[in-house]
Parts: sequence; C-alpha cells; structure tokens
Amino acid sequence: MKISQISVFLENKKGRLYEVCRLFGENGINIRALTIAENDEFGILRMVVNDPEKAIKVLKDNGIVAKQTEIIAVEVEDKPGGLAGILKELEDSNVNVEYMYGFVEKHTDKALMVFRFDNIDEAIKVLTKNNIKIVAKNDVIKL
Amino acid sequence: MIWEEKIECMAPADLKNIQSERLKALTEYVYKNNSVYRKKFDAIGLIPSDVKTIDDIRKLPFTVKDDMRDSYPFGLFSMPSKDLSEIHVSSGTTGNPTVVGYSKQDLKLWSNVMARSLCCAGALPKDTIQIAYGYGLFTGGFGMHYGALEMGLSVLPTSSGQTKRQLKLMNDFKPRILACTPSYALYMLEDAAEMKMDPRKSSWEIGVFGAEPWSESMRHEIEDKWNMLATDIYGLSEIIGPGVAQECAYKDGLHIFSDVFYPEIIDPATGEAAPEGASGELVITTLTKQAIPLIRYRTRDIVSITHQKCICGRTSPRISKIKGRTDDMIIIRGINVFPSQIEHVLLSVEGVQPHYQIIVDRKAGRLDEIEIDVEVDEKFFSDEMKKLQGIEHKIQKELESVLSVFAKVRLVEPRSIPRSEGKAKRIIDKRTI
Repeated sequence: MKISQISVFLENKKGRLYEVCRLFGENGINIRALTIAENDEFGILRMVVNDPEKAIKVLKDNGIVAKQTEIIAVEVEDKPGGLAGILKELEDSNVNVEYMYGFVEKHTDKALMVFRFDNIDEAIKVLTKNNIKIVAKNDVIKL
Repeated sequence: MIWEEKIECMAPADLKNIQSERLKALTEYVYKNNSVYRKKFDAIGLIPSDVKTIDDIRKLPFTVKDDMRDSYPFGLFSMPSKDLSEIHVSSGTTGNPTVVGYSKQDLKLWSNVMARSLCCAGALPKDTIQIAYGYGLFTGGFGMHYGALEMGLSVLPTSSGQTKRQLKLMNDFKPRILACTPSYALYMLEDAAEMKMDPRKSSWEIGVFGAEPWSESMRHEIEDKWNMLATDIYGLSEIIGPGVAQECAYKDGLHIFSDVFYPEIIDPATGEAAPEGASGELVITTLTKQAIPLIRYRTRDIVSITHQKCICGRTSPRISKIKGRTDDMIIIRGINVFPSQIEHVLLSVEGVQPHYQIIVDRKAGRLDEIEIDVEVDEKFFSDEMKKLQGIEHKIQKELESVLSVFAKVRLVEPRSIPRSEGKAKRIIDKRTI
C-alpha cells in the first residue's frame, strides 16, 4: 500500500536538477511524479520513480544525498470538490498532510495524487474506512 | 602631550634597567605564586635567580593560548580569586573561554596604559570621548573607559550598536574623540547619510580604532570621509585588553609600552629571536601584572619592530600594524573566531558532520559578515523543508551563543566544499583589509 518516494537535496544552482534527471535517464529510471520544495538556497526534489532502490543507489554512487520516504498514492475524483472530500475525512480524524503533489498520468479516470502524512498508518486507516482508493505499489510503477 | 613623559621618553639604557629589575621580580613572583609556571621552570631546571637582566628573558619558557585554556579557570592566576577586582573573558579556541583577571593594581596599570594610549593618539584633558566599543565581558569598552577617566576626559559611554543614537549624541555633545572598531567607523557612514548628516562636519577629530586588523586604505577612507585622524590601537585580553600599543599622530608604527609589556619578535617555527626589522611573532611578557602575569606569551600576531626614536619624542619601540596570524584565527567585528569553535558546535548537533567552510565578507559600508557552509549529510537530510531549516536555525543559535556573533548557516551539497590534498580549505576571507 505504501510506496517509496525519493527525496534529493539540491543546491539552488545551475545544472543540479539536470544532473539528477541525466543520471536517471542513463540508468533507465523513469520518473512518475515529482515536485520541488525550495527556499533561497536549496531545494528538496521529491519523486516517485519506477525503481526506487536502483534510483537511490545511482544517486548515492554519484555523491548525491538522497533518502526514501513512505508515502501513499490516492485516487481522487477528477471533479470539483474531489480533493476536498478526501481532506475533510483526514481533517476530521486529525491526520496532517505534510505535503502532496499530483501525477501527470491517470491510473483510471480518476486523478492520482501523492500524499505525505505525519502519521501514515493512521491515514491509511482513515482512507480505507472511507472507501478512498489507495493505489498499489505495482500499479503506480506500471503507469 | 605625553602622559608618562619620564618613562615614555626614557633613555634606552635606563629603560633596560627598569625592565631588568621588573623581570627579576616577576620571575620570583610567579615561581612563588603559580604552580603552572613553577612546573614549567622546574622542567627546564630554571630557578628565579638565573634571571639577572632583561636579556635573560630568552631562558624563560613560552606561554601559549592552550596554557590558558587548559588551566581554566584559575590555573594561571598568581593570586587568589577572592583578591580580584574584575574579570573579563573572551571566547576560547574550543570549549573554555579565555579568562583574564585584574587586581586593583592591574586596573591601575590598565588605566595608566590606556591614558598613555589616548594621549598618544592626541587626546587632551577635558576632551570628550565617545566610547563605542562594547562594554561588558569584552575588554574594549571598560579599558577605554578607565583610561579616559584617568586622563581627565569626559566620557560618553555609548557602547556598540544603535548607530543613529550614536550619531545623534555625537551631534549633541560634540565629542572630539571616537573609539570603536574601524569597520564600525565606516559602517556609521550609511546611517549618517540616511540622517542627511555631512560626515565631514562631525565633531570627531581623532579616532582610536582597534580590535581588528585594518589596512592603510581603510585608514584613508575613514580619514577622508569623516575628516578625522584615524589612529591604530593594539591590545589583547590575555595581556590586558586595549592599551598594549598605540600610534601617535605620525602614524609610523604603534608605540608599545615596553616598560610594562616587554615585546620580543620571534621566528614562530624555531622560537628564536628574529632580526631587528624582520617580521615575526610578537611575544609579550607582562612585567608588572599581579593577577595573571604572563611570561613570554605568544600572541600569534605577526609584526615587525623598530627601536628607533620616533619624531614625537617617545623612545619606546614601535610595532608595525598586524601583518597576519600564525594560526587560523579570524576576527569578526572585534570578536576572535577560531574554526575549531565552529567545528565543536557542528559536532554537537546530531547528525551534522564537520564538513564546513567559513566565508567572511565585508561589503562596502557594511559590518563584517560570516557565513558557514555546511555539507548536508544523509544522517540529517529530510524530505521536509521545515526539518532542514530547523537544523540551520539550531546551528545558527548554537554558534551565536558560542561565538557571540551571528553567523549565517547555509546547507550545501556534499563534497561541494573544495578539498586540496585531502584537506578542506576552511576559511575564505573575502575582506579587503
């Protein structure tokens, strides 16, 4: 149910993002979703990739600081209020979203979003109880 | 005007007699009252009666900064702490601060050498002096203050900071003398411009600037922009604070008060005396101090010395401006900073590795700024921005409490700090001094 996200430390300078993408390209690693959080000096690149273990190895071998974090991917109704519905359930159960971002592709006719929670197990319980579909690891990789 | 004309203009032979008598008394005093020195003397089989003239000083062992740190807090005192009048501390190289204690007589000595310094800079009794050195544990403010009172100046003890108020008080009370760090003198120009003041019309005619290295070009800039005479003062807290040496109006070297602070210039590698006029490490013996007298203290400051009589009439030897350091100490806004202190702080924050670089910069008209680049390590890297920023803030806070000066912390990628021959270059000093 949980999937692995790769986070990478990037200094805010020319060519750093390209470097990561180049390494992934050369090693056949496909990026399924990504987002960057940044401040003036550095950024944190977060990605869902088809082969997280390999991705981590490639990054570390090249001296790039990277880390795996457990996240979940959730199907969201692609209509007004779709995301709000999910957030309401989480809100009511006091589960906090640290951040989230979307996939470009769709798994079904629904939108697919990645969530990072402060308490992932509690989040899974809440979402399951409310019949919100959490996408399986293999389905995400196959996208 | 010369404050102690009898001593400051004394014939060299007479001066030498005084120094010899004082060194003999000092050697006996520390041997009797201080176990650290007694051990040092015993280790080389030296007894106080071996010292007969000032030239015998070469027989005595050196004192180094680590001696002060290792014997913190009271080990180098030659006097019980209950008999002290005042204590100051400055930041040490790692954990322990450097402590300096003064007896009542030491404070008299400090007042005297500071009065000599202010007089040497050109102050006259009844002048007003604005003291914009920090008052507190730092020796700058109080040392200036005691000297100013001793020579009958009127003191405006503004301490450091609050620049607009400094300038307003200068306008209102018209002090003729300004004492502060040279970079602060330049920094104040910006506020003067904001206040639409013409700095060339300020009441300051003489500046007594020190506590950090500065260049002739900085002197010219201060003199030109403020329309004042900018003189250099030298001192270090281990010896007494400010008041060890001071430039006269001829600005041709700093007169060192060698009847009380005996200077030697040595080759830092061999410890042997450097030839007259050559650059070397300044070593000072405090001939008359009571609380923490120091024998052959290695200042790690590189200077040269001349014994020729100055046009001003003083016969005291003159040291050059500081030409460099024998260690990696940097001075930021008058505060001594050692890379080892920064390393110490980094290691105290969980997961942080001591891969860092210190970048010091002095942008035009600004105070010195210090930035510490720290390489990110997997141990503390997080996918959450707030956690990484939290670590930056934590290091900043720890550094500020240890260094007493704000240092900006910036996380950088691993291995981005250049290493040469496996050794990282720790300090990038971009200041033009």
